[in-house]
Formats: sequence, C-alpha cells, structure tokens
Amino acid sequence: MQSQAQYVLRTVEERGVRFVQLWFTDVLGRHKAFHVTPAELEDALDQGMTFDGSAIDGFSRTSESDVLARPDLTTFQLLPWYEEGRGIARVFCDIVNIDGSPFSGCPRQQLRRVLDSAHDQGYAFYVAPEIEYFLFKDLVPGVSPEPLDRGSYFDLLPDDTASQLRRRTVLTLEEMGIGVEHAQHEDAPGQHEIDLRYTDALTMADTVMSVRHVVKELARQAGVAASFMPKPLAGVQGSGMHTHLSLWRDDQNAFIGDGPYGLSDVATKFIAGLLHHAPEITAITNQWVNSYKRLVPGVEAPVDVAWARHDAAALVRVPSVKPGRIDSTRIEYRSPDPAANPYLAFAVVLAAGLRGVNGDYELPAEGARVQRLPQSLAEAVSLMADSDLLLETLGEHQVEWFLRNKRAEWDAYREQVTPFELERYLPLL
Amino acid sequence: MTDVVLCIPSCEGPIRKAFDVTGVTPVVSATGRLNDIAALEPADGFAGAVINASAFPFTEAMNLCRQLRSRERSLGPVILLLDHYQLDDLTFREDLFDDFVVGPFDVSELATRLRHRLRRAGNESVAPRVEHGQLSMNLETYQATIAGRVMDLTYMEYELLRFLATNPHRVFTRETLLSRVWGYEYYGGARTVDVHVRRLRAKLGEEYAHLIATVRSVGYKFGESSEFDV
Repeated sequence: MQSQAQYVLRTVEERGVRFVQLWFTDVLGRHKAFHVTPAELEDALDQGMTFDGSAIDGFSRTSESDVLARPDLTTFQLLPWYEEGRGIARVFCDIVNIDGSPFSGCPRQQLRRVLDSAHDQGYAFYVAPEIEYFLFKDLVPGVSPEPLDRGSYFDLLPDDTASQLRRRTVLTLEEMGIGVEHAQHEDAPGQHEIDLRYTDALTMADTVMSVRHVVKELARQAGVAASFMPKPLAGVQGSGMHTHLSLWRDDQNAFIGDGPYGLSDVATKFIAGLLHHAPEITAITNQWVNSYKRLVPGVEAPVDVAWARHDAAALVRVPSVKPGRIDSTRIEYRSPDPAANPYLAFAVVLAAGLRGVNGDYELPAEGARVQRLPQSLAEAVSLMADSDLLLETLGEHQVEWFLRNKRAEWDAYREQVTPFELERYLPLL
Repeated sequence: MTDVVLCIPSCEGPIRKAFDVTGVTPVVSATGRLNDIAALEPADGFAGAVINASAFPFTEAMNLCRQLRSRERSLGPVILLLDHYQLDDLTFREDLFDDFVVGPFDVSELATRLRHRLRRAGNESVAPRVEHGQLSMNLETYQATIAGRVMDLTYMEYELLRFLATNPHRVFTRETLLSRVWGYEYYGGARTVDVHVRRLRAKLGEEYAHLIATVRSVGYKFGESSEFDV
C-alpha cells in the first residue's frame, strides 16, 4: 500500500498533474467525482475524503450522513485526453463509514462482497460486455434526437465524423489500458458498439464507468452527443449490454466440460440459476422506465427466459468457441442495458448464477421458454420486492432505497399523457 | 563520521561482532514498522540495513524489504541474513536486497560484505534505470518511456513491466508473475496477469506490443524476440 501511494504521488509530481478526480457511483450507477489538487492528494489518499452522503442518491438516511470516499490506488490513471502539463488523473473510490467499515450503499463494495463469496468457493468471475450506444447531432431533452449517420450493421462508411469518433474512442480506451476486442457500426442509424476484452468483474465495472465517460466526453469534444439510453428511437433496435460470463477455478475455465456445447456441470447449473432468477434481477440489469421499451419482440432483444446456441432473442446464449480457443468457453447474458449500474448488474448476475451452481439447479431444454421477463419497470420492481436473492446480495439498505426510488419513477411516468395516446385516442374517443 | 546501520530485529552474537570489527554503529529496531524506524534514524540517515530474514517467516521478511525499499528516504544497501533453505526463495526477488549472507554467520564474511557494500553505496549516485531497446524505466521517478513517449501506467502495470524488463528473455508462468509481482490475493486469480499484459501491450502501442511475448501454454516473456522464437 505504502509504495502504491508513493507511486501515485510521484507520478502526479512528474507528470504535472493539476487535478486528481476521485471517482465513485451512486446506487443508480451515475458517475460522481471529487476534484482534489496535488496538495490535498496525500491527505485524500491517506485518510479518504469526507463528504455528506445524504446529497448522493441512495447513499444515506440523514441520521448517518457523513461518509468517506477512500481511493483504490490500483486504479490510478492519467486521463489521456487532457494536454501534457495540465494533466488530470482519476482514481476509483470505495465508500466507507467514518469508522472505516464498508458503507452499505456503496455499489463497488456490494460487488466486492459477491466476488468475495465466489472467491471463498474457489471461483474468479470474468465478464466481457458489448456496449452499445447512439451518436446524435445534439441532445435536447424532450426532442427526438437526430442520429449522426445513416449507417447500419457493420457498414463501412466513408470517413465521416462518426467513424472517426469511434476510432478515436477506441484508441483513447487503449491508452487507458482498456482492451477493446472490436468496435463496429450497429444495426440502427447512429448506433455503435464497443466490445471489451474480458477482465475480472470489479475491474470491468470500473471499466464500464470509464467507457461511458470517455464515449460521452469525446463526443462532446467533437461537437456531437452520445447516449446510452436503452431505447432512444422508436422503430429501431435499442442499446444493450450483452455480457459474456465465465467462472474460473485454479486457473482453469470452470465452464469447460462434457455437457451440451462443451459446457461443464458448473456452467449448466449457472445458466439454470440465471434463468430461474432472471425476472427478479431485471430491475437491476434494466433499471429505467425506458429499459423495457428495448425488451420487446422482433428487435433481437430478449423477451422470453430461455437459453439457446443461436437464437438472438434468447436470454442466455452459448456462443460457439473457435477451434483451439477452448479457454474462451463462456455464456452470454443478453438482457442488461448500458444504462445499468455495472457494479450492481454484475453482482446480481453472479449471485443468480451461483445460486444455480450451489443449489444444483437443473438446466431446462434448449429453446424452452421457462418464463418471461418483466414487461415494465413496475412489474420488475414488484418482482424485486419479493426477492430474497436481491435482499441477500444488495442488502436491506439498497433494496429499500431502490424500491422507493423506482416506484416514484414509475408513478411519475404513469402521470404522463404520451404522444401515442394523443395520436391514437384524441380523434377517436 | 561513523556509518550507522539499521539492524532488524536484533544485533547479537556474530552479527554484533561483525559490526564491532568494521567500526559501524548498529541501531536495532525490533520491528519493521516504518514509524519505529524513522524514530531511530540519525539526522544524516542510515548508511545501510542488515535484516535477519531467518528471524521472520520468509514472506514477511520480503514484505519488510519491499516496504523499506518504498521509503521516501533511502536506507542504503540492504543485506539479508538467511538460512540455507531460504535460498531458493530469493529467485526473482533480487531487486529487494543488495547482498546476503547464509547462516551460520561467519564474523569475517559478514564484516567484509558490510564494509564492501557500504563503500560501493557511497560511490553510486546515478538514478537506477532499466533499459531495454526503446523502453526506459526510471526506478526513482517511476516514469517509463517507450521510444521517448511517456507511458501512463497504473501501479500494477508499472510493477509488472519493471519485473519483466528486469528479467528479459526469461519465460515466466502466470503463477510466478502473480506471486512475484502482486504478492497478494486478487479477484482475478492468475488470469489477472493476462489482463494486465493486455493493458500493457495496449499502452506500449502497436509497434512495441510484441515486447511482451506470449509463450503458448506457459506464460510470458519480455524482450525483442529473435526470428527463431515462436
């Protein structure tokens, strides 16, 4: 620890860093930051930064409002888009109580807890998300946005702003040490996708936060706007975050075995766990009113709870493994969207899968529709309210806050009179 | 002016005699706590340290060396006192100490090494560097450059690159790298090494990513490869 702090302080000095951003997220996965000067940094690294948590969504009841943001020094990184000599660096923080104990509202530590319990069983959890997003000419709240391009799936377009921007984004991510498997134009106009190389789930949750920040920041610099809203345009597909998952044990991929498609017993039970608990964790993986407009039939989004090798509408897919690349054996969980809180999403997905492994759940037949995913935030929230899996994974504090917040969101939505209703009913009724 | 040398955790028997012979003053700290050490430190600093590793569990002794190395103020050369069976464990930890003596301790050997190390240390003032081809690492400022371009590394990336570049052309398994570079439990298990290697390659850039070569079903190797390598 000592030498890590020294490394950070020395790098700040050598590289002329002017500010260090201390990054963390609220319960809904929104990006928060403190900015500290190098002079304050040593204290911040040593003691953490005290702040009033009641100002942050999902953090505190007023009676226990002061909390500490404690930097995780392994995540210290210069942000490559600032000029030399005016450098800005970032470091992710865990939120702890004043007495140093983990704070129950900190998503990063919720994920740590689930990873720890997997670790106690001998498993390391690896994830690799495919992050989709839209580039628009501008974002004005309340106005349907105009896509930056008219391309479609895998289109190679003349070197336009969107392609340049995507390339610049990938290079910036690589400079930050974020491995990009590939990037491509997606199906809808203005829609792009970045596929990340797998890492352990904690690193990846941090990475998803970084990617969302980088994509938005570089779009802003190019005079356009990026959005991870799950379904920004009606009639075309929305943005998902298909997430590839694998468990490793003793440096071996624990999903490799003699079962269907080369899957192990652990893998089939993990899938069975996901299928069984999918409805109740959907409020976390798809947390907005708008998320459920993506989960509709006909646009390659999962609707039914089923697993398959090829069906793009299945919730769990078992991707083919290239010959000689048996270590890439994995499963793909297709419901999450990129507007989820990645810490909580990875935590509940792992917890659901582990329940299957530990409870010896039986894998349903391929293609069999076991049940369906909730069709609205309201339905998802009521499933969440009855879930002991979520209570165990996220703790009472977060579940309670989340339910309250999401019920309020649904109530606000219900009060709206939408263009759909005006168009359809006003002349008719 | 006599040299003052830090002695952990004790200074007795042949060790004390070796100090007497060389005329070096020992200052004993029973613990490796940096605060305790700082309290004992003379105004012009320690000239070196003698650590009796056989008095600790081995990993604890290594962590102690690591900590001492990371101090703001240099301690000078570190001499380890070891049991014979601990010798194997020194492999790849050469960066943590400057010299070692195997027990049972011989007074004149210990005295000679002490004198020799202290003299050499007095003559060295150049910042330690690791250089390999276009890669240059300044171990004092923690800055790494590739073809003159500064690389922005996280701490573990820096430590991994330093370890690899200090031991070029040698193949390391993931487990070896994990235990030597990380030295603690990590969520990722040995695959963590793959993740960091990827990140390092990304930061080295396309032109230099090949400096870290994957050795199929074994692990990794650092260095400009010859055409005979796979």
